[in-house]
Formats: sequence, C-alpha cells, structure tokens
Amino acid sequence: MGSADILSTLPELVLIATALLLLVMESAAEPHRELLAATALGGLAIALVTALGYGADGLYYSGMLQVDPYARFVSALALVLAALAIMVAVPYLRRTLEERGEYYSLMLFATVGMLLMVKAQDLTMVFLGLELLSIPLYVLAGFYRHRSSSNEAGLKYLLLGAFAAGFFLFGIALLYGSTGTTSYSGMAQAINSGTELSRVLTLAGFGLLLVGFAFKVALAPFHMYAPDVYEGAPTSMSAFLSTGPKLAGFATLLKLIAVVFAGTMVHWWTAIWILAALTMTVGNLAALRQDSLKRMLAYSSVAHAGYLALAILVTNYDSGFAMLFYLTVYVLTTLAAFGIVSLLEEGEESAMPGVEACKGLARRNPWLAAAFTLALLSLAGFPPTAGFLGKFFLFNATLDAGYLWLVILAVLNSLVSVYYYLRPVVAMYMQPGKNTSALPIPRMLIPALLALAVVALGAGFIPAPLVHATASAISAIL
Amino acid sequence: MADTLYLLVLFPFIGFLVNGLGGRWLSGKQSGLVASLAVAGSFLIGAQLFLGLLARPEDNRRLVQTLFTWLPVGELNIHVTYVFDPLAAIMVLVITGVGLLIHIYSIGYMRDDPGIRRYFAYLNLFTFMMLNLVLSDSLVLLFMGWEGVGLCSYLLIGFWFSDAAKARAGMKAFVVNRIGDAGFLIAMIMIFDRFGTLSMADISWLAPGAGIDTTFITTVTLLMFVGAVGKSAQVPLYVWLPDAMAGPTPVSALIHAATMVTAGVYLVARNSALFALAPITMGIIAAIGTITALLAAIIAITQTDIKKVLAYSTISQLGYMFIALGVGAFSAAIFHLMTHAFFKALLFLGAGSVIHGMGDEQDLRKMGRLRQLMPTTFMTMTIGALAIAGLPGLAGFFSKDEILWSAFNSSGGISWIWLVGLATAGLTAFYMARMLFLTFFGERRWAEGVKPHESPSVMTVPLIILAFLSIVGGYAGVPEALGGHNALHHFLAPLMATFQASGEASQAANHPLELLLMLLSTGVVLVAAYYAYRFFVQQPGLPETAAGKFPQLYRLSNRRFYVDEIYALLIIRPFRALADLLWKWIDVRIIDNLVNLAGRTTERLGGALRLMQSGLIQHYASLLLLGVVFILLAVAMG
Amino acid sequence: MVAPLQHIIAVAGLLFSIGVLGVLFRRNAIIVFMSIEIMLNAVNLAFVAFSRYHGNIDGQVFVFFSMTLAAAEVAVGLAIMVALFRNLKTTDISKISSLKY
Repeated sequence: MGSADILSTLPELVLIATALLLLVMESAAEPHRELLAATALGGLAIALVTALGYGADGLYYSGMLQVDPYARFVSALALVLAALAIMVAVPYLRRTLEERGEYYSLMLFATVGMLLMVKAQDLTMVFLGLELLSIPLYVLAGFYRHRSSSNEAGLKYLLLGAFAAGFFLFGIALLYGSTGTTSYSGMAQAINSGTELSRVLTLAGFGLLLVGFAFKVALAPFHMYAPDVYEGAPTSMSAFLSTGPKLAGFATLLKLIAVVFAGTMVHWWTAIWILAALTMTVGNLAALRQDSLKRMLAYSSVAHAGYLALAILVTNYDSGFAMLFYLTVYVLTTLAAFGIVSLLEEGEESAMPGVEACKGLARRNPWLAAAFTLALLSLAGFPPTAGFLGKFFLFNATLDAGYLWLVILAVLNSLVSVYYYLRPVVAMYMQPGKNTSALPIPRMLIPALLALAVVALGAGFIPAPLVHATASAISAIL
Repeated sequence: MADTLYLLVLFPFIGFLVNGLGGRWLSGKQSGLVASLAVAGSFLIGAQLFLGLLARPEDNRRLVQTLFTWLPVGELNIHVTYVFDPLAAIMVLVITGVGLLIHIYSIGYMRDDPGIRRYFAYLNLFTFMMLNLVLSDSLVLLFMGWEGVGLCSYLLIGFWFSDAAKARAGMKAFVVNRIGDAGFLIAMIMIFDRFGTLSMADISWLAPGAGIDTTFITTVTLLMFVGAVGKSAQVPLYVWLPDAMAGPTPVSALIHAATMVTAGVYLVARNSALFALAPITMGIIAAIGTITALLAAIIAITQTDIKKVLAYSTISQLGYMFIALGVGAFSAAIFHLMTHAFFKALLFLGAGSVIHGMGDEQDLRKMGRLRQLMPTTFMTMTIGALAIAGLPGLAGFFSKDEILWSAFNSSGGISWIWLVGLATAGLTAFYMARMLFLTFFGERRWAEGVKPHESPSVMTVPLIILAFLSIVGGYAGVPEALGGHNALHHFLAPLMATFQASGEASQAANHPLELLLMLLSTGVVLVAAYYAYRFFVQQPGLPETAAGKFPQLYRLSNRRFYVDEIYALLIIRPFRALADLLWKWIDVRIIDNLVNLAGRTTERLGGALRLMQSGLIQHYASLLLLGVVFILLAVAMG
Repeated sequence: MVAPLQHIIAVAGLLFSIGVLGVLFRRNAIIVFMSIEIMLNAVNLAFVAFSRYHGNIDGQVFVFFSMTLAAAEVAVGLAIMVALFRNLKTTDISKISSLKY
C-alpha cells in the first residue's frame, strides 16, 4: 500500500476521520451540538475537493479500487447529495430535539459506502461498500428510537435488507465458485473466454447479485419495504433513503454489467424487461391512491427505479448516459421534495403530512410552493424541466435498442404519474388552507432548494453542461 | 425583423409573473389591466410581424429566431427556435387578437370574483403556453406548450374549486387528455428515432424523400392524431369538453372554443407533409371528423344549458375542421379554425353576457324575450349565430363552403362525407336558431326576482368587435367561384403538403358546380332555420304535443297544421328521440362511462396494490423470495 | 478423505434454505435474525469450499469480511430490537405492521 493508494482514497479517509471526530464530539462532557453539522459539512466539502482534484485515474489497492471519470462523477454527486441531505436534516433534527452527532457520523459512513461501491473493481469491495451503506441506514431509519414508527421502519429495513444481502452474498459465492476470482477483470476474462467452471453457476450467481441490487434500488417485487420504511423513517432520512442507495446501486450495477457481464446479458433481457415493466407500473398505480406525501413520494421513487431499470436492460453508451443524467436529476429533485415535506410536518399535528397539508401553501409561502411544484413537475417529466429530458433520453435509448412496447408502457406510466404528482399542486394553488401564516423556511434548506432549481430548471433550459459532464463520465466505462 | 419574435411570448409571461407573484399588491381591475396589456403587446408585435411577412415574396415568408441551443449534444440538436410563418401568423393573430378581447371582457365578467388575480395569472400563462405551441419549430417545445395549455385549462376548469362537480370536471378533462398525450409522446419518440431530428421544418423536408415504409408513417401519424383527438375533443375522446363548461365562461370562449381545442387541428396542419404520406390515416381523420360533426350537432339540439349547446357546437365544428384535414384541404381547415374562433368566441362571450345579466342562469328554459333587455348582446349573438350557420356573406359561409367543396371534390362527387357535412350544416342552423329563439324570443320564462340587464361596456365592446370580425373574417378567403381569389389559401399554400386525393387539387375548375353546391347548402340552412322558427317561436309546444293529438288529426281541417303535425310526428319526434338517445346513451352512458371506467380502473388497481402492502415483514420476504425464483427461472428459460 | 465439492455446496444450499424458511416462518424477530445469520454462514461454507477447490485463498479472505459485517449487522440489529421492544413490548414480527398500504 503506497502513498498513491492513500491519495486515491483520500475522500473516504477524510469522511471516516470526520465521522470519528463527530462521535468524539458527541461523547464530550458538554457537546457543542451546534458545531456538529458544520463539521460534517466541512468534511464533505473537503472530500468533494479531493474526490475531484486528487489522485490520478487508475487501479489502486492491488486492483481492488479503480478511479476513473465515471467513479469521480458519481462520487461527486454522492457527496453533494449527502451534504444536501445533512442540510435538510439539520432543521428537522433541531425542531424535533434529536440532533445528535451519531446522525451525521452515520451519514458520513454511509457515504463512504457509496463511494466504495462505485470505485470498486472487485466484488469484495462492492459487498463491503454495500454493507457500509446499509448498516448505517438501518440505524438511521430507526433513529427516532422513541417513535414506534421509526423503530418499525428500522426493523423492517434491517430484516429485509439482511435477507436480501444473504442472497447477494450467495451470488458472490457462486460467481467466485464459477470463475475462481472476485475481481471484475478476472471474472470478465473467465466469462468472455469461457473458462468458467459452469455457465449455469455464473448466471445463477449474477441472478442473485441482481436480487441484492434490486432490493437496494427498490425494483418490484423487491420494493415492498420501501414505502413502509420511507414513511416510518424520519423525513430527513427518507430523503436520503430514497436517493442515496438508488444512486449507488444503479451506478454500480451499470458498471458491473458493462465491465463484466455484458456477454451474458442476452439471458437477462426477459427478466429485466419484466422487472422494469412491473416496477414502474406497480409504483405508479400504488402512488395513485396515497394520501400521505411521504408514501406518495416513496411509491414515486419505486416507479422511477422502474424507468432507470430500462438503462440497465439496454446497457449501451446512450442508455448509460441517459441513466446518469436521469439519476442526477432524480436524486436532487427527490431530495428537495422530501425536504419540503419535512417542513410541512411542522404545521400539522400528525406526523405524516398528507396532501391536505399542501392546501393554501401557495398563499402562505409562494416560493416554497413554487419549488415544490417544480420538483413535482420535474419528477412527472413535464417539459421543459430536466425531468422531461431525462425521460426523453432514457426512453429514446430504450427505443433505439428495439423495445418499442416497453417504451409505450413507460410513456403511459409517466402519464398516469402526472395525476398524483399534480394533486399536491392543485391543493397548493387551488384550495384554501386552514393555516394562513407563512412557514418559516430554515436557511439550511435553501441550498437544497437552489440545487433543485439549478438541476430541474437550469438543466432543463440549458442542459448542455450536465449533458457533457455525464457523457464524459459514461464514456469511461461504456 | 425577426429579432422581436421572442417579445411575442415574453409579454404574456411577464404578465403571468406580475399577476402570479405580485398579485397581492394589485386590485382586481389593475390585475386585469396588466394581463390585457401583456396580450395587447403580443398582439401588436404579432400584427407588425404579420405585415412584415406580407411584404415579403411568397416563397420567403418565414421569420426565424433561435434564442439558444437547448441541447447541443451529438445527434440531438434541439434549438429553442421560434418560427413565424403564415400558419404561425394566423394562429398568433387569432390567439392574441381574440385572446385580448376575452381578457378585456374578463375584467367585467370576473369583477366580483375574489380569485381574479389568480384567474388573470392563469390566463396569461395559458396565452404564453399557447404561443409557444404555435411558434416553436421543435416538437419538444410544441409538446411543452401542449402540456402547458392542458395544465392551464385544467386549472381554469376547476377554478371555482369549492364546487366538487367542477373539480371532477377538471379531473375528467385531465384523464382524457392523458390518453391523447400518450399518443403524441410516443409519436414524437418514434419520429426522433427515425429522422434523428425533432424540428418540424426538417421533418417536413425529409419525410417525402425518405422512402419511409407505409406502416411506420401510418403508425406515427395515427399516434399524433390520437393526441389531436384528445386535445380537440373528437369522438371518442370528446366527453371532457361539455364538462369543461364548468369553468368561467370567458375561459370556455378562449380555451374551449377559440384556441386550445384547435391545437389538434394545428398539429395536423403543421405536419401536413407527414400526414399527406399516410392515406390510411387521412381516411380515418376524415371519418372521425364526419362522425363527430354529425353526432355533436345532433346532441346539441336537445341541450338545455346554453353553454352545453355551444360546447357541442364547438365539437361539431372541430369535426368540420378534421373533415377538411382528412380530405387534404389543410388550408381550408385553418380558414375555418380562424372564422370559428371569431364567431364561437362571440357566441360564448354573448352567452356569458346573458348568464351574467340573468344572475348566473344557464338554463335556456328559464330565459326568453331578452332581446329588448339586452339589445347589444342580442344583436351581436345573432350575427354570431348567422355566421356559424353559414349565411352567405358572413365568415362561416366561406370557410364552411370551402370545406364542403373540398369534401365533394376529394371523391369526385357526392360522398357520404359531403352529405353528412351538408346535413350538419342544416343541423347547425337549426340548433343555433333554437338557442337564439329560446333566449331572446318567445315568452319570458325567468323566475321572479331575476332582473335581466345589459352588461357593462367593458363586456359589450369586445362583443361588437367580434361581431364585426364574424362578418368580415370570411373575406380573407373568398373562393374564386365568387370572384375572389382565396387569399388565405394562397398565403398558406407554401406550407401545406398536397395530398394525393386532395380536394384542393382539382378545385380550379368547375365554378358553376361550386356555385350550385353553395346554393344548395344555403337552401338547407334556410329551411332548417325556418323550421326552428316554427317550432320554437310560432308554436313552441308543437313537437311535444304532436303525438298526443294524433287521434284527432283527421278531424282538423287546417291543412297547414296537418302537414306540420305529420312532419313533427314523422321527422322531428324521431329525430329528437335520436338526439336524446345519442346523448343519454352513447354520450353519457357509453363514452362517458368508458372514460370514467378507465380512470377508475386505474385507481382501483392502485387500491388493490395498496392492499398487497400488508405491512408484514414475512409477507414482504415471501414476495422477495418469489422475485428470486422468478429471476432464476427467467434466466433458466431465456 | 476430502468430500467432493458438490456435496459441500449441497450442504451449503440446504443450510441456506433452512435459513430462508426460518425467515419466512418464525415469528420472533430475534429468531428471524438468527435465521439470516444461518444463511450468511451457509454462504461462508460455500466460499471456503470453492476456495479450496480453486486452490486460492480469495474465498477464505472473503469469509472474514462477511463474518465481520455479519457481526456489525447483529450489533445494529439487536440494538434496534431492544429499542423496539421498549416501545412495543413485543418481538413478534407478525404484530409489527403499523406501517402499511
């Protein structure tokens, strides 16, 4: 392990050091809680700079990790996402008097997990990254230990997550058994040269691997936990739960398929086709009947996983580019949407704000209502928001690959989705609310709203910068 | 000169921002003023550009302004480009011109409404979206406008949200339009996949020479047409339009008569190069148009709500436009679109004036004898009704006859399309006359306490201007048979593709025949209007009592009465029964229910899926295991 | 005598299935959790067997990682269950379904 290795994982090391520091701060006799968030954000900022600027591209740690533009792009996005998720969480935690260092510390550990997953060049690293992402999230979902809903969310996520991880691990074992190695390059060589022990073993192994990813990104029928967990978890956490694992999961899966399993994909078309179709349909239909905003967004996130699965089905340059673009837009808009929902909770007596809570928001907080509308329209794929472009790229890449019926289904689905995305909009603009005083908007939420505006509107009107960034990132692996 | 093109769209957007964000500092009147000024600005720019366009040689009438390149990557090159060509010019003038009048009218109509600022904000946003729809060269931008106007329409239909029925009407419009949009979106993706561009100018240029297989072009055009059917309220997706009348009346005039609902017609005309290559699609368009024109006209006869009469009339007239498109007379469709915008906006605003003056009464049965009390409204609405009925010399006459003539020509003689078109012309005259007579003539039937009064001049002046337009609007396209030279047709000609079986191709010749047909249709109109007069003014109870008196018929010596009774019995009554049947069964029960069913089934499925989410961990784990088994099985089989 | 690979994998598969069935049918959250541990250990067994078969130690190294992570998971899991038990006074997962639909 040389200094180049250390340099290549500088972001991870910075994050781990910050996370440990946060734990120390929290356990001090008189913890300065107001400094916790600032410390965590500082760590993330340094990590972002190092992720973008330090270390040359290449393989590190005896081929365990690989730094390339693709990994850099996804890492940067993950770091920004984590920072925004922390900012969304700060006012929420303070309001509910639960601000503790562990929250931020665990967020940072989870972020390290995400970074390791996309950098991984070996299934060992993928597994470690996945678990490092998951275990803190189990805790965070159940972070409000005095709320039984939070407890339940934690338990559900933990048991089902560990169950799925069992299959995932079994998949790795089978792949190792078949190819005799866990490194991407070794497996790719064995598979492409046909020297593996048995093709059946390889396929079964990848199938089980797929289960693990499908669980993380919430593809139907592995999605069942998602609505419950997102609903029960603290809202600031739902924002991260519905974005972080999807980002890491899809990014890693795409790379894995592109680098290792491209040759065997012909066996998977039917399965992924059906998974994608099922996921988007189930997600959208179930979202139609939700009154709780959190559950609605949860099902919406399931539906978006279905669209994203189209990219996995096709796995070529176009679809990979579309997926990265879509993911970028999706994670930032969803995060902001959850952030806004977390604000709405305050005004209501119940912990779960429904569509009701939106009533009259346009009069109380015109800018907040505009931001929420923007997020929902982008998620629904209204032109000229970036959400529309993302769908357009994605569907177009899928059609190019010859999946006309799947595209038609996806279009129909996205049109159905408009119905439930517009319900809060209608409530905000067209129905008077009981409460007319303006909600105070915490300063910490503003960066998330700005990021939303930049990505949903900015990248909608001037998509070129984001398109170039994602295109150059994707050309590293496809 | 094209430099000012962006101002066209900018003005309404500024109006929207001012009213939407700064509304709380404006009084209702100021808000209306801002909104009207914004549209007036667009109108002036549009007029100036239009004059500039006219000054140019015929083959170079195309102003282009590229604001910025939206997507400069690889094969995708989407520019935000506005194109002002003859077709766009006409649409822009209609949208901003008629739109301006409706904005002004709204200041009076919505005066006492607490949501007036929101109303004007939406109205400006609508204008912005609509202008984007007609000015953009890229299908993507057009789709943005398309979705945008739908959204505004949805917001405005449900404007008075306190009323649950109205909120539901907004929902229905929404669901139906989803079906249409799906078609449009898929067509768009398929077009991009094939042509590698979304610029309509490029597509029109590429399509004829590309040697594209018929299946593809038929599929794409049909999908586009599905979008048009939804937006322009054609059979079977028309059900939302009558319900959309729940919104404020000026909204019905602007969105559901003059502009948004014609977007489908515009879409087909704009892509005429594609459609002209797909004879199957063209046949279907003509058929749908014909069925719609007839069905809606029949239903209009028995409606008792004044706005519903106009709504079905709009559907029927849109059907006319689709007939024109289907037979390849693209410019005739646009001509009718324009004249229809004038007289239908006039009729709606007039109806609004009546409703306003009657204290929010919409039932024709509770009106009558209003002509002295509302002279201006009466005069202008009469002109509107005469124009839509096609009285020679008024706007509707020229555009309708161009369509009928094209339909006649396309099959080289009498065809069922032409016959139905002719019949519809008669029906139109009949139900319009009925509406007019029931409103302004006969006995007073309003309840005690209602004090009908003429509307303020802020409302009547737009009516007068529209009435003027309904008279002169047709002179833009006087056919050669009448000594004109069909200026509008030639103005649009460079943009319109020629359809092989086009009704326009052989139009040059045979002026005598064309004149004969005009006389025929005028005759039909006059006869229909006469019977409306007899039934609704002279002997209002006639159709109802006809059957009851049948046994005594022979004892009556009054021969005229005898004929009328027979006529009423044999023709009017069955006809009314048919209208009732169509409305109550096909419209309300079947089509309406199908649409509702589609919405409900989707919701129910959602509900069922919701119930699967039992909250039990082991239940979820079992499904997860099922997923594992499925994945392994799928790979074993694949 | 060394057992052939197939036999060991079969045992691992059997063990894994036992774990799966435990997850699906036991009601006590802690036993469910232990069943998951059985699944993970079945995989570990497979790893070791494959490692021996291929003659490299990658698989055995992997087992260490997986055991470590399983331990971490247990620590977190038990903590969550303790918190849950304090609030709901039960570990019966068939009674924990307030979040649904």
